[in-house]
Amino acid sequence: MVNVIQQLFNGLVGGGFLALLALGLAVIFGMLRVVNFAHGAFYMLGAFGAYLLLTEAGVNFWLALLVVPAALAVVGMALERAFVHRLTQLDPLYNFLLTFGITLILQDLIKVRYGNQSQPYSRPALLDGSVNLGLFQYPSYQVFVLGFAIVLCLLVWLLLTRTRVGMIVRAATERPELTRSLGVDVGRWVTPVFGFGIGLAALAGVLAAPMRAVHPMMGSDLIITVFAVVVIGGLGSIFGSVVAGFGIGMAQAVGNLYVPALSQTLVFILMAVVLLWRPTGLFGREGVLT
Amino acid sequence: MLTIESLSAGYGEAQVLREVSLNVTEGEVVTLVGRNGAGKTTLLRCLMGLHRQQTGRIEFLGRDLGRIPTHHRARSGLGWVPDDRGIYATLSVTEHLTLARPTGPDPWPLSRIYDTFPVLHERRRFPGTRLSGGEQQMLAMARVLRMGARMLVCDEPTEGLAPLLVQRIGDIIRDVKAHGHTVLLVEQNVHFAASVADRHYLLAEGGIAEELDNTEVRRRESELLAYLGI
Ligand SMILES: Nc1ncnc2c1ncn2[C@@H]1O[C@H](COP(=O)(O)OP(=O)(O)OP(=O)(O)O)[C@@H](O)[C@H]1O
Ligand SMILES: [Mg+2]
Repeated sequence: MVNVIQQLFNGLVGGGFLALLALGLAVIFGMLRVVNFAHGAFYMLGAFGAYLLLTEAGVNFWLALLVVPAALAVVGMALERAFVHRLTQLDPLYNFLLTFGITLILQDLIKVRYGNQSQPYSRPALLDGSVNLGLFQYPSYQVFVLGFAIVLCLLVWLLLTRTRVGMIVRAATERPELTRSLGVDVGRWVTPVFGFGIGLAALAGVLAAPMRAVHPMMGSDLIITVFAVVVIGGLGSIFGSVVAGFGIGMAQAVGNLYVPALSQTLVFILMAVVLLWRPTGLFGREGVLT
Repeated sequence: MLTIESLSAGYGEAQVLREVSLNVTEGEVVTLVGRNGAGKTTLLRCLMGLHRQQTGRIEFLGRDLGRIPTHHRARSGLGWVPDDRGIYATLSVTEHLTLARPTGPDPWPLSRIYDTFPVLHERRRFPGTRLSGGEQQMLAMARVLRMGARMLVCDEPTEGLAPLLVQRIGDIIRDVKAHGHTVLLVEQNVHFAASVADRHYLLAEGGIAEELDNTEVRRRESELLAYLGI
């Protein structure tokens, strides 16, 4: 029993990463109608960014947690201005070609320097120990990651539901044309929203650096699961992405315990079941965010 | 206030509007009647810059709208009330009223909106799509008044509403006109049209076939209804 609970806890921590990534994908899809296949690459760049700052400039984890997502958000905005915004008038196939192409380029750029190897990144000193959770000891860093992910998801939720920008993003996601006809300059928010989604991915990457292998392929391994999460939660549904992120994280962890052979396929079985039952995903409504 | 000259538009090969010309003077209520599929909605979408016009010129408040983007047209005083009412599921009633920033000389304050439409105040925390059809129609009109629209562009506001609500919409339009707003109204219900409007344009075969006043509309009501297929 303790074993199961501990495994569920592992699942929640893993689910935090899934939720942060799915959240970014969902806002980007809502505002741009672009499925960003490069999302995993920015998660990977987040981790490498932290690693690079530490090894080259001695910048610690906490500073990296601020600087790396901000810097990559700017890179994301530049990419949006240069390429991604052109996708709106094109066949969805180009969406895949462009963002997948960006993924390959970014991965190979990292490989040129670091090869196909994992780089070590140690936990911040403050969180090196472990905490007693009553039933078992658990690494402090993992507890921090879970709490941080939950707080971030809540903040994004508040941003979307309680602020003017959030209202514009919701309106533009649901009815872009109507929103413009009401005097809202929707185009002005597209680039910042893309940058924001990328920033969230990068942040997840920095958080991953001390507990997962910092590896050029770390993003592409994870992103397939993230897509399943987004589909299960309901494409474009912020709430669904977060719930499905944590849910799938736990399902995978428990699955690992009982049917390890299925660990890679479980998420897709779940996805198929959910889609048969609810074709728009658990929380998805046609063209609706939140 | 609004002048449309030789406006043509269509979808691919299909020509829907051919050289349509009409004008609306400040303070007037003008309707545009026409059969299903005549191109009324297409004309309004061209006016809002949501559909590409092939030829022609649209001038609003002395300004050529030519290449002006949609959101600037709205800010210059065009208040579009779309045929599906354009109500969001993810925005509350209050958010519908505050999404657009007020512009122009005469945006209605929220207090005035709520005085005029008490039901919107009662339902202010409801998601827009939880309102009834009539309430959604009022919200769509209230929203552009709040925004400060000088000309309301309403696409079949009475469609699918019960007679009592149709009357209510009529009262609102007369009230809005009394306060100096202009209205361009797409309407199939010619009886209703004659009760609120000053003039009427009949859109047929892609162009303005006739311009009618209220007495003519009343005199020819059954003929017009037959033509419109109602
Ligand atoms: N997106 C579209 N693609 C192709 N054809 C269209 C499209 N929208 C409308 N049409 C066609 O253009 C013509 C005019 O349509 P429009 O909606 O402007 O008519 P309407 O006068 O508003 O009709 P209704 O009274 O039914 O609202 C119709 O024949 C319609 O089939
Ligand atoms: Mg129509």
